[in-house]
Amino acid sequence: MTQTHVFDVIIVGGGGAGLMAALNASRGAKTAVLSKLYPTRSHTGAAQGGIGAALGNLEEDHWEWHAFDTVKGSDYLGDQDAIEFMCREAVQAVYDLEHFGLPFSRMPDGRIAQRPFGGHTNNLTKKPVRRSCYAADRTGHMILQTLYQQCIKNGITFYDEFQVLDLILSDGKAAGVVAVELATGELHVFHSKAVVLATGGHGRMWEITSNAYAYTGDGVAITLRNGIPAEDMEFFQFHPTGIYKLGILITEAVRGEGGILFNGKGERFMERYAPTIKDLASRDVISRAIYLEIKEGRGIDGKDYVYLDVRPETVNKYAELDGRTRPDGTPYRVTAEEILSKIPDITDFCRTYLGVDPVKDPMPIQPTAHYAMGGIPTNKFGEVVIDRQGTVLPGLYAAGECACVSVHGANRLGTNSLVDLVVFGKYAGIKAAEYANGADLPRLPADPAGGVRRQLDNLLNGSGREKAAQIGRELRKVMSDDVGVFRTEEGLQQAVEKVRELRERYKQVRVSDGGKIFNTELLNTWELGCLLDAALVTAVSALERKESRGAHAREDYPRRDDENWLKHTLAWLNEDGSVRLDYKPVVITQYAPKERVY
Amino acid sequence: MEVRMRIFRFNPEKDRKPRYDVFTVEAQPTDRVLDVLEWIRGDVDGTLAFRRSCAHGVCGSDAMRINGRNYLACKVLLRDLGTTEITVEPLLGLPVLKDLIVDMQPFFEHYKSVMPYLVNDELPADGKERLQSPEERERFDDTTKCILCAACTTSCPSFWSNGQYVGPAAIVNAHRFIFDSRDQAAAERLEVLNEQFGVWRCRTAFNCTEACPREIKITQAIAEVKRAIQTGRIE
Repeated sequence: MTQTHVFDVIIVGGGGAGLMAALNASRGAKTAVLSKLYPTRSHTGAAQGGIGAALGNLEEDHWEWHAFDTVKGSDYLGDQDAIEFMCREAVQAVYDLEHFGLPFSRMPDGRIAQRPFGGHTNNLTKKPVRRSCYAADRTGHMILQTLYQQCIKNGITFYDEFQVLDLILSDGKAAGVVAVELATGELHVFHSKAVVLATGGHGRMWEITSNAYAYTGDGVAITLRNGIPAEDMEFFQFHPTGIYKLGILITEAVRGEGGILFNGKGERFMERYAPTIKDLASRDVISRAIYLEIKEGRGIDGKDYVYLDVRPETVNKYAELDGRTRPDGTPYRVTAEEILSKIPDITDFCRTYLGVDPVKDPMPIQPTAHYAMGGIPTNKFGEVVIDRQGTVLPGLYAAGECACVSVHGANRLGTNSLVDLVVFGKYAGIKAAEYANGADLPRLPADPAGGVRRQLDNLLNGSGREKAAQIGRELRKVMSDDVGVFRTEEGLQQAVEKVRELRERYKQVRVSDGGKIFNTELLNTWELGCLLDAALVTAVSALERKESRGAHAREDYPRRDDENWLKHTLAWLNEDGSVRLDYKPVVITQYAPKERVY
Repeated sequence: MEVRMRIFRFNPEKDRKPRYDVFTVEAQPTDRVLDVLEWIRGDVDGTLAFRRSCAHGVCGSDAMRINGRNYLACKVLLRDLGTTEITVEPLLGLPVLKDLIVDMQPFFEHYKSVMPYLVNDELPADGKERLQSPEERERFDDTTKCILCAACTTSCPSFWSNGQYVGPAAIVNAHRFIFDSRDQAAAERLEVLNEQFGVWRCRTAFNCTEACPREIKITQAIAEVKRAIQTGRIE
């Protein structure tokens, strides 16, 4: 039996964006949150370093500077109206979080502490500015916990461990979602006036990744299957400092606190790639630098990693060479205790997974798949837009990593993911409630769960000639080999063909568990299908973009080409597996594209 | 290295009682127990059910009993176990739903019962942040680390003997607000925790502190809450 529930607003995803949307939507509309995990398990909780906002608590700063840094970081692909909106709103968003109870780290005078982060600068001196508001190195954890606490306080309705499998559209409007209750295996129809997708990213298609197992691109895949395009999927951020082989993130805050990158020859190689801000350059710049060092044989012992060194003697030596000072003008010097107090979780990760103590030994690191700049196209109010003209799909919203507003363009600055999810989660929630209050409940199509039932039946009754685990391994390998930090025509062509082959083979998979209660095999296999769809669109979009911009670095087209490529990709996935591409212009307000140097 | 994984199995749709399945697996000493479970589910037995997400100890999904002790499966490396015989079982004290998955609902109900949210409706006139000194912030730092994995509560003998006890995780989350200088509802939380199934059920067994994957000094936090109830002072 399929149960049906009726709400004004359904929010899919219980991470930062979903919970912000829930808190705001629920003030004016009957709202429920559906989450495939318990909300506090969401990947927002893994964010470490901070949330950027020009509070100016330690030194002069302006939201306009934050906006410029974001535009520059995006390699001029971000939409400047949305970036200005986000950076202006960021200041209030941080105060809102504090008012919600978020335990920010504090300055001696009691205000919120801030620290430097990659790509955030004083626009006059071009030097790093202290803009990242933080709670030790667990800022995302604190945001997630704080928002969940507020949801409890406000009596938000949750359907925990409900996996959303499809979007219901009716007469061109959102009409709800279809979900499976993991504990029972039963399908549920959530009939609603508005739907907010806040399903997170898709970084599990790469081998070395900082992303949770849950990051399988569900929202992007579901919208693609419903005829909605995905925007800028070729732009995926590889964070420069993942723990060697495991991909677990080592926050940029380590470099904000003075950590330095070294190659196998003991050289501070970022001096060559970003002479002004060196180890605090944008993530794409550093990831490419590491890749090139390794390629030229300058990894540690010639292997595929370099060192991130935050030992106090190293930090102090280079702080002196760089002339780094504290806000009061005194030289920047640190002790091991200070470092440990700023990055306790990183210390714990290093000890647990590497047996290494970061204040005594350098950390072996390599770039790790980290963040989707691309996703479901939206405008700055979180409304999903479905074509180059920006036509809104009534009732459908997206926010957080699954969405592409686009504020991150071709490369996201550190701290801006948390800014994004708080600001756009909030506005998606507000707008969804407003819309719902002025709309009638859409008509449900006949058998709204029929499509989902067929999908699941296919997975349970396939021929069994193929294994999902094997397809997953091959997907991660091809994406890592050919759709990684650097790309070529040949590699991308191979990747497109390989992903097409994997999508065909996927049809031969059979789930062995025929049960209903917590059939995790069925859900993991369904999630793999989402990754395959997102990967195909990623590879095709990357193949077509014949330039290098931000995180999309083509060896065969090494320069940015504003004349031909200053535009967003829109990709539709057709039922026959072909991908149709279109492009839409970038919104430029006051920052004319310039060459990007750090 | 070769490890022998002995895994608790129970599928309520098929089994009348639980059993243990044994899998012999070739693995690296640096593999996490979670990696081995993933491999078994992906390549050997798809019906094995367990929760996981972040795989590096911050989301709290994969708390389970490994060789008799509560851990996050993603935070234990095989080499840390000191043996190649590994028994994996669901958390104790919560109903088993399938294999390694337990019903978390009672756990979250206890959590919600202690008002785990900041209570303070007064905002600064300038709309900016409330002030809090680094010392005031440090006072409750330890208990902000909780990820609600339930490793502590399900290692507690008092909780095993009576599931109505709110348990260490709920007390940790109450502590996080009771000792936050910005909060105004300490008295109400202390009242809740002074009730029959509140903080006095704690018999200082220290299991919770040992089980916590975030190294929160839980027993100490509970003692501080007890003292606050007794003295009526938040120090």
